[in-house]
Amino acid sequence: MTAAAPPPGAAGKPARRKGKRDGRAAIGYLLPTLLVLGGLLGYPIYQLVLISLFDYGQEQASGGAALEFLGLGNYQTLLGDPQFWQVLLQTVLFAGFCVVATLLVGAALALLATRVRAVPRMILFLAAIGAWSTPAVAGSTVWLFLFDTDFGLVNEILTGVGLDGFASYSWTYDKYVAFGLVSAQVVWCSFPFVMVTLYAGIKAIPGEVLEAAALDGASTVRTMTSVILPLLRPLLIIVTIQSIIWDFKIFTQIYVMTGGGGVAGQNLVLNVYAYQKAFAASEYGLGSAIGVVMTVLLLGVIVLYLRALRRSGEEL
Amino acid sequence: MKRPGRTVAEIVTVLIALVVAFPLYWMVLSALKPASEVLSTSPRPWTFAPSLESFTKVLTVENFGRYFLNSVVVALVVVTVALLCSFLAATALTRFRFKGRTTLLVMLLVAQLVPVEALTVPLFFLMRQVGDVAPAFGLNHLGSLMLVHLAFGLPFAIWMLRGFVAAVPVELEEAATLDGASRFRFTWQVLFPLVAPGLVATSVLSFIHAWNDFLFAKTFIISAEENQTLPLAILTFFKPDQNDWGAIMAGSTLMTIPVLIFFIFVQRRLVSGLAGAVKG
Repeated sequence: MTAAAPPPGAAGKPARRKGKRDGRAAIGYLLPTLLVLGGLLGYPIYQLVLISLFDYGQEQASGGAALEFLGLGNYQTLLGDPQFWQVLLQTVLFAGFCVVATLLVGAALALLATRVRAVPRMILFLAAIGAWSTPAVAGSTVWLFLFDTDFGLVNEILTGVGLDGFASYSWTYDKYVAFGLVSAQVVWCSFPFVMVTLYAGIKAIPGEVLEAAALDGASTVRTMTSVILPLLRPLLIIVTIQSIIWDFKIFTQIYVMTGGGGVAGQNLVLNVYAYQKAFAASEYGLGSAIGVVMTVLLLGVIVLYLRALRRSGEEL
Repeated sequence: MKRPGRTVAEIVTVLIALVVAFPLYWMVLSALKPASEVLSTSPRPWTFAPSLESFTKVLTVENFGRYFLNSVVVALVVVTVALLCSFLAATALTRFRFKGRTTLLVMLLVAQLVPVEALTVPLFFLMRQVGDVAPAFGLNHLGSLMLVHLAFGLPFAIWMLRGFVAAVPVELEEAATLDGASRFRFTWQVLFPLVAPGLVATSVLSFIHAWNDFLFAKTFIISAEENQTLPLAILTFFKPDQNDWGAIMAGSTLMTIPVLIFFIFVQRRLVSGLAGAVKG
């Protein structure tokens, strides 16, 4: 394995020998990663599907009772439960809203950043980096404090300008208001990634391309849609997929800001719902079934998104 | 005609920046206010009497230092091991030709899409089993968190590092091998220093990932309170009768500062890293 590689340009047999040695070296280099990923990602995925097929409760978990194979029983229970459908719908709407809002805000501010001089841009980027680096728990607590019923600045300001209805107004009591508050926090901490990435993408477009467009008499809108957007396409795909992945499995913000899923569980999303089922109600089988549904759903959304892109003629 | 438009855009930019930064300002300000002022029904956007009362409280009375240290230990171990593993894997996947390479790359891409939170149940049972063999890596111990964060950080780290490894010219490797350097030596003495910017960007992402985790800490550290991490410690100040907002804001500030410092240092590299990952 320590032998020198064949000199460049040597073709045929030596190259094949290099291939074989490559294989052996690759195994060595990849072994730690494969062990970690196989043991802590691959095996748990297999286990997740397996557990979801059993009646796995507190007694089974502690070894006090035998496992009972349910087949698709957990899934039947789940699909027959109106709360599941409600939570599923909420998750899709909530995540979808967060994704769209994050992309719009991030893209708009990236564009704005290209139109201003260095100092205002730097101020905007510093603020964005601050929001970006705030851990989810810390971000959730400060937003909660700003919108606190009794000690929150927002209620104070609103009543100060004459909106007396906001004295002691609870932002987490009504289902939609609570979801709105959480979405605002989510957009706040995730738009910077979109903004900074797209800004870097716009900056990377060669000046000559834009000059050529201007020389050809293209309008701002035309330049945008026909030149900038197609060039940004790969980056847009990445930020959209990342946003979908992040927002579909939000746990911390919902858990912290709505106190574990809102009044009577009205603000549950799939992730928190699965956690509550599995660990609060000790229905591990059911919790796993929700996990499977979540995985399938997320992969499905992303596959659909990629297919839609391919149909519109985009190579990945 | 262009100038006034730009001035308006610049004013709007600064106003947006102020709104975006405001929650952070409020967090630090509330952490610095004396308790009586935090719990005032007419809060002021400044304070006349800054005090370290809340910081002292969380750091001494509530054993917050211990939780802080736990978070630091978990994040640092995860970053170190993740860097070594992902660097080796990225090198193999970029510079070696072997069977199954493409399959592995596709699997890594798919692995990034798996909602790791969905795996909480099987991982909980796995950690319980691991605990029977190696207690330090089982439930209620920091090792369990390290293992989980490592597994979930690796696919993205490898994917991101690939761009950096690929950017090192092949001629360099050929020159090194002609000079008699083994592949192993080339990897560590030539490649490793050259991809340092990528390693920095990757380490930040791994760090943040481990540092921010709330779900797994909540699930795995059930009964060993001394092994809890920061996110959970902050939540202990939420009380049914009266939230201790001063302490919550002080804890949140302490939790944010390390990430903020990290981010400001590597901001540029992070962006080029993200762009590199996209290109690679």
